[in-house]
This record gives sequence, C-alpha cells and structure tokens, in this order.
Amino acid sequence: MTAINLEPLVTSVRTRPNTARLHLWERAAIAGVALLLAFFVFLPLCSIAYEALRAGLPLAAATFADPYAQSAIVLSAITAVFTIAFNGAFGVLAGWTLTKYTFPGKALLLAVIDLPLTISPVVAGLALLLVFGTRSPIGAWFEAHGMQVAFAPPGIILATIFVTFPYVARETIALLSETGRELEEAALGLGATLWQTFTRVTFPRARWAILNGVLLCNARALGEFGAVSVISGNIRGLTDTVPLHIDVLYNSYNLVGAFTLAGALALVTITLTFIRSTIDAGMHRRANAETRS
Amino acid sequence: MIPGRGVALATTMTIVAIVVVVPLSALVLSLHGITPAGFIATAFSPGALAAYRLSFGAAILASAIDVVAGGAIAFVLVRYPSRWMRPFDALVDVPFALPPAVTGITLAELYGQHGWVGSWLGAHGIQIAYTPAGVLLALTFVGLPFVVRTVQPVIATLPREYAQAAASLGAQPFTIFRRITLPLVAPSFLTGFALSLARTLGEYGSVIFIAGNMPGKTEVIPLIVITRLEQYDFAGAAAVALVSLFVSFVMLYAINVLQRRMVDVRSAA
Repeated sequence: MTAINLEPLVTSVRTRPNTARLHLWERAAIAGVALLLAFFVFLPLCSIAYEALRAGLPLAAATFADPYAQSAIVLSAITAVFTIAFNGAFGVLAGWTLTKYTFPGKALLLAVIDLPLTISPVVAGLALLLVFGTRSPIGAWFEAHGMQVAFAPPGIILATIFVTFPYVARETIALLSETGRELEEAALGLGATLWQTFTRVTFPRARWAILNGVLLCNARALGEFGAVSVISGNIRGLTDTVPLHIDVLYNSYNLVGAFTLAGALALVTITLTFIRSTIDAGMHRRANAETRS
Repeated sequence: MIPGRGVALATTMTIVAIVVVVPLSALVLSLHGITPAGFIATAFSPGALAAYRLSFGAAILASAIDVVAGGAIAFVLVRYPSRWMRPFDALVDVPFALPPAVTGITLAELYGQHGWVGSWLGAHGIQIAYTPAGVLLALTFVGLPFVVRTVQPVIATLPREYAQAAASLGAQPFTIFRRITLPLVAPSFLTGFALSLARTLGEYGSVIFIAGNMPGKTEVIPLIVITRLEQYDFAGAAAVALVSLFVSFVMLYAINVLQRRMVDVRSAA
C-alpha cells in the first residue's frame, strides 16, 4: 500500500469549490443567502427565546406550574398518541395496498388520500363539525349514546387525524413503490404466508420511511391549530391543546406564558423535524449506495 | 400475484371514505337548505370577496417571492456546500417545523409596534403588522421550505454535461445559467410554487395574529369561515369554504397541467 490515495483530494475538488477562487459575485450570493436566512428565519427563533425569558427564568418556568397549561400538554400528548396510532396503521396499510396490487382508480385514491394537505385546516374543522356537531344526525346519534364528539377530546383527535392523514401513507408509498414486488412474490413463492411476507420482507425495508412519516405526523399533530380551534370550543382545562392555550395566553397579554409554551412546543417539533431529515439523508445515502453497487 | 387484494383494498377505501370523503360530502350537503341566489349572496358578499382577494393574492405573491428567494437559497446551498453553510441549510426546515400558532405570535411580536424589526420599520414609517403586508410576510415565511426542499435535489442531480458543453463552446456563465440551468430546473420551481400555494392558501394560525383581522381589509378566508361559524351561520361558512376549495383545486390543477407540459417539452427536446 505505497500508492498515494488520491480519492479525498479528488472528491474535495469535485464537491467543494476552492473558496479562494470564488468570484466576487459568488461570495456576495453566499453572504446574501446566509443573511437572508439569518434575518428571516433565525431572528424569529431568537425572539421566541427572548420573549419567553425577558422576565427571568423563574417566571417562564411558572408557566408549566399552571394547571390549565398542564392539562393542555396532557391533551396534546393524548391527541398525538391516538393520531399516530391511527394514521400510522393506515399509512402502512395504504403503502402496502397501493404498491403491491394493481387496481383501477389508483391515481384517484392517491389524490383523495392527499386531499387533507390542500384543504385549509379551518375548512377541515368545519367539515368535521358538520358531521359530528349536535345538529347532524351522526353527532346526535353519538350524543344519544353518551359520547360527545364536537367540543370534546374525540373531536380534537378526529380533526388532528384528518389534517395529518396523508403523511405516513405518502412516505411509505414512496419507498415501497421504489422497491417493486419481486421480493414479496419470491417470499410467497417459497411458501411464506402473507403475514410473514409483510413482517419479514416488506416491513423491514419500509420501517425508516414509516418512522419518518410518524415523526412528521407527530410534529404536525402537536402543532395543529386551525382545525382543532374550530371543533374544540376552547373550553379551558377540558378541550385546550397546547397551541390553543398559547392563543389564550397571548390574547390575555400573558406574553411570557405564551412564548414559554410556544418555545417549548417549537423545541419539540423542531427536534422531531431534524431527526426526520437526518433519517432522510441516511436513507438517500443508502439508496444511492445500493444503486451504485 | 400477491393475495389479499380484496381485503386490503376494501379496508383502505373504507378508512379513506370515513376520514376524508364523509366530512367533505357533509360540507357540500350542508348547502341543501340554501337557494342558488342565497348561495351567491353569502359566498360573494363584500366581506367574502375582500377575503378571497387578500387570501389568493397574498398566497400567489408569497409563493412567487418564495420561488425567487427559495431558488437562490437552493442554488447557493447546493453549489457552495461548506461547514459554515450547514446550519443555514438546517434553518430552511424551521418554518416548516414551527407550529402555525407559534409562527403567528412570533411574527406578530417581532414585526409589531414594539418588536425588534417592527419598531425600527415604524421609525421609518413602515407598518407591517395589522396590514396586508403582514399577511404576505407570514405566508412567505410558511411557504419558503416547500420551494427550497423541492428545488434543491433537482439542482443537486443536474447533469453537468450540458453546462460543460456550452462552456466549451464559449458561453459565458450567465448565459449558461439562463439558457441551460434555468430551463432544466424550471419544472421543479413550478412544483415548489404549487406546494407553497397549496399550503399558504388555507393558512390560518400563522396569519391571524399578524393580520389584525380588520373586516374587509386584513381578513383572510379561514377567518371569514370562523366568524360565520361563531354566528351559527353554518351554510354561509360552508359556502365560502367551498368556493375557496374550488378555486384552489382549479389553480393547483392548472399548475399541474402546465408543469406536465414543461416536462414533456423538455424530454421531447
């Protein structure tokens, strides 16, 4: 092994232009983009931290001692758990159904699954209110059987399920349509049952995509505001989620409370998003490595 | 042939029907007691018309700004990757990750009268919060990641051969950019525009705090829907919701068709 390894040198030349040789306008473009992102995106983040902590850490921390804030956090957590369970299960099923079988109207079904992404959350909330409100037959039936949906936690969960419905399905469908059907057909041909084929062949290939969808669904579910605010009725301590409680605090001029809760929520959703993009980058790297080998 | 098609398909379609189709049908059915004239009167009332103009206008303009700014960001992030730019790349995801209500109160404070940016702009006679400019600002913020993350992978996988061929024939860098690079990435710009538009058209949480919600001036469509709901005007709320849904579907469909044509032209060339 006396030969000099040129690989690092070559790749560095290929991927990273020598900064010393950049044109003036290239440097200006880089600086401009950096400044734009710093001003437009980073500054708001700093202002959340500043507004939350401007009266000191103890006052900010006191936000979490408020029973209304605590019940909002609990309701948001419960909502997220139900939403992930439902949309996760549906997403895996849709991923399997839409990629492993051929049937007419597949494009239409895909479009309908994607619909919640283009529908305003407020309109989604309105639609659910029309179905489950006390004036509708369905809502009346539920109420007669002792279960209130609208202006109660079940309605909040339904609204969140609607708004985050496509996320797991999209990620799973995208990954499974890349890998084709040959592996499943081989497994079945060798005598595996359908369940074994799914759990040992399909699921292991799709698990990162499923996790990605779940993380995205979770982040969206925790932050959902428009649909939930229509159907929740904003009953403090009962139907307030964290975003709704931020709204209540902000409108009652409790800025420290509003921004403390907002900062905490943002920390959670940003972390979830970054875990997701890290996994995404890893998946791309592996896919590239597979196609190259 | 993989067995289980019937069961899998039936279960999937049942869930989709319950979650998506039933609520949207309820939206249409809620109009049953209303006459065509009554529908037009409520769906196109002066307040509703002002809201359509503001919501659609601001969403289109915001997405257009995002295409320009997001395109530039994507180009720089792909072409000049370095350790220093990595945190900036991560920042692009932030508007997407922030919950709408958090974005809303943050921008309202920052660009409000007493905020860091708002107080400075106010001293120069510019007001953003509680004006249509505030709506535009919030929508531009929300739509940005959709453009950058759509365009970025397309630029990263751009074939270098054409640019090199053009350079070897004596084309200047700007000519190469305008005649070769730009046409190759244009369809992805359009996709990013559509994604940003789809998200910003119905945006509520990030807008209402900075908009100030003055009737006829800074009321967006979702706010009209909520105001009517609070007055128990279900049919009026549904009418406005349906009109806005219809317009956004038509717009997104038109973009889709346009984009397919662009891709066709490119592959034919």
